[in-house]
Amino acid sequence: MKKRLDVLVCGGAACIASHSQDFKNRLIEVVKDHDLEDEINIIETGCMGPCELGPVMVVYPDGAFYIRLKPEYAQRIVEEHFLKGRPVEEFLWQAPEARKIVEEKRQIPFFEKQHKVVLENCGRIDPENLNEYIGNDGYQALARCLTEMTPDVVIDTVTSSGLRGRGGAGFPTGLKWKLARRSAGDVKYVVCNADEGDPGAFMDRAILEGDPHSVIEGMAISGFAVGASRGFVYVRAEYPLAVRRLRRALEQAREAGLLGESILESDFSFDLEIRIGAGAFVCGEETALMASVEGHRGMPSPKPPYPSEQGLWEKPTVINNVETLANLRHIILKGAEWFAAMGTAKSKGTKVFALSGNVTNTGLVEVPMGITLREIVYDVGGGIPGNKALKAVQTGGPSGGCIPAEHLDTPIDYESLAELGSIMGSGGLIVLDEDNCMVNMAKFFLEFCVEESCGQCSPCRIGLKQMLRVLERITRGEGRLEDLDDLERMAGTIKATSLCGLGQSAPNPVLSTLKYFRDEYEAHIREKRCPALVCTDLITYTILADKCTGCTACARKCPVNAISGEVKKIHVIDQGICIHCGACFEACKFDAIERR
Amino acid sequence: MKLEDLKKIREKHQKDMILRDGDARVRVVVGMGTSGIAAGARETLRAFLEEIEKRNIADVIVTQAGERGLSSHEPIVTVLEKSKPNIVYGNVTADVARKIVAEHIVNGSPLSDYVLEVSE
Amino acid sequence: MFHTEAHAPENRHYEQLREFIREQIDKPGPLIQVLHRAQEIFGYLPMEVQDFVAREMNIPHSEVYSVVTFYNFFRTEPIGDHIINVCLGTACHVKGAQLILDALADELDIHVGGTTEDRFFTLSTARCFGACGLAPAMMIDEEVYGKLTVDKARKAIREFRKTTEKK
Repeated sequence: MKKRLDVLVCGGAACIASHSQDFKNRLIEVVKDHDLEDEINIIETGCMGPCELGPVMVVYPDGAFYIRLKPEYAQRIVEEHFLKGRPVEEFLWQAPEARKIVEEKRQIPFFEKQHKVVLENCGRIDPENLNEYIGNDGYQALARCLTEMTPDVVIDTVTSSGLRGRGGAGFPTGLKWKLARRSAGDVKYVVCNADEGDPGAFMDRAILEGDPHSVIEGMAISGFAVGASRGFVYVRAEYPLAVRRLRRALEQAREAGLLGESILESDFSFDLEIRIGAGAFVCGEETALMASVEGHRGMPSPKPPYPSEQGLWEKPTVINNVETLANLRHIILKGAEWFAAMGTAKSKGTKVFALSGNVTNTGLVEVPMGITLREIVYDVGGGIPGNKALKAVQTGGPSGGCIPAEHLDTPIDYESLAELGSIMGSGGLIVLDEDNCMVNMAKFFLEFCVEESCGQCSPCRIGLKQMLRVLERITRGEGRLEDLDDLERMAGTIKATSLCGLGQSAPNPVLSTLKYFRDEYEAHIREKRCPALVCTDLITYTILADKCTGCTACARKCPVNAISGEVKKIHVIDQGICIHCGACFEACKFDAIERR
Repeated sequence: MKLEDLKKIREKHQKDMILRDGDARVRVVVGMGTSGIAAGARETLRAFLEEIEKRNIADVIVTQAGERGLSSHEPIVTVLEKSKPNIVYGNVTADVARKIVAEHIVNGSPLSDYVLEVSE
Repeated sequence: MFHTEAHAPENRHYEQLREFIREQIDKPGPLIQVLHRAQEIFGYLPMEVQDFVAREMNIPHSEVYSVVTFYNFFRTEPIGDHIINVCLGTACHVKGAQLILDALADELDIHVGGTTEDRFFTLSTARCFGACGLAPAMMIDEEVYGKLTVDKARKAIREFRKTTEKK
């Protein structure tokens, strides 16, 4: 009689050596206990092959393949599988595909070289579910601060971890807190700077969207350390989803009593408010940010007094960036030594970079400080699409600079980037290849700063505009060689005399490109040529007589009727009329138009 | 909330406990950050829910998360299963989502072409 | 945040705004948050609305005006029902955002900053909304569209119009 299940227990030498007999005997007993002898056919077979996984067993007809069996598993297999028809997943061999994938994919460099601390929860937990955050050690660090640590111990821990501000200048976070704690006054504030204005940086958005509670917890810790009971999150209006998730998280934290009066039954009370920015890059500067939180125009003010002495509404105020705050809970839970063990001599921990531009894998990358740009671009980023040559990496946004290919092997931290004429900034990393014009890049950033200058001090308001006019002239092919010296001189004055960080750093993109790519500027000036074929005024389009078929496609596309020629005869572009738009180049199917 | 409450919630919701909570055998996590949504994660999420309902599968839960970092491969979806490695998929369009339900979740064989990462 | 609830200011809109101001007035420094709400309600901030805010908050109109004109986000001109923001951040610039912007201006037959005749779309630009990994990108209202090509961008706004008008 055909039985319901055939159970094949391997009796090969290797399985016997790993005690398959004990398992088989126990299985027979359990089957007997359940009166299943008539339904189950237990067979001992010869060697099945995967000896390293033994003892093994196959159950037919469903083909379930059990591995590394022990006598104590027999009970569950009989009750679950034989009786109820549900194979016991835990003891099963995973599908061979899964195993193969495990072996192949574990080596993917995008994930392999990363070290996720701040981004650990992003993309894994549900940002709208407080329980999932708590399940991943959420609010444990705050609990530890409130129950086991004093504010001074918290500050000492953060100081000795070596954590520095992730928003730009890299000021030591512990020191900032110490100054604010020492400042006189009962009312103090903490502020989260989530005005992520550097074009090309989006780690703060991802953290607020993916793990908002880590920022809230960080703010509560900093409030506890400096003695503040109220905080503000200043977040960009351009990030509606981040605002929504943060708002949700704040409500949940309040409901759970993790914000508000007497948090976790301690005598620490703390609450937060969201302030939405209104689109002004200069508000990333801390004094301007405070003016904006107060509801005014976001104009920077001179320092001193520093915010730690006189900040929001003239009370001592600590301003920390999103990524800095998200690091705090890890430092409190795992200790200062753990954090200080990562990174370089002066820059500890990890840094999140936003990798974009002409690179294969774009996105957010969290790596230990001290990794090289080459590792980020080629290993994590997968190199440049189309096998093009890397020209430069732009870091630090409009306040930063362009680092050329020859410096790709420099270990990156706050100091090494500054030495190369750029800055860490908030961590934007834009890859530029041979098709990007460096003069155009410098012009792009300068235009940005001219538009975003608040206008209160003249070096920034007038000086940057003058520099831009010179650059515009150069990209039109009307530049003079003396312009380059003039640019450097103006840059020096603006850096030295501007009131705030925006003006002081705005010339950096021009200076760094002049330093490393002077030849490109000179090509624009001397030869009236843009080597990367980006600056439209300097590109000439000509029709190659030997390739032109006279199809008239180009002439029909030309918006200014600069192309003449009869059907099936060679066409000609009138350079006096041509506006260099490139429509003819795109239209030609015979590669008969040359672009130079 | 008291300290003990925090401890209790933490124990109940720890990483490896997520699946043991309730009857779920599989948990599908769809990355719903700005990058994910821009790449079509809403359609992906909808496709998962529809396909699971159509097949009347009771032991799968679908949740959302922020972004995992690899923007160029969004929408990104993670499939967590009891005592199996976690599999992270990239470029999961609505069509791929339906395939993941059919081939990975129902038949147990992951779609290797879309796998970005496998972790324990 | 880009959502527009009306073209022409009406009484009930002022009532809505008055209520919001009442909720906010005791909080420290609420002006910018009030202006955000006002722009949500009215779509833009014409002089009458600014004047209303000044009177309700008991501050000089000049102060309201100075804040409105300082920030890029506040508009003093009316816009269409839906706003298209083409990102001109660095990553998008490098990936050809200008071409996308030019194509949309051509598609809609308006200049950047302009509004279509039927007041459906306004074409504007933005400074990076953090979708750099998907550059070049644009936003229609609050929805981000990534990895654009000229064709994809044209198609996206045509489809948006079609699906929105159906509703």
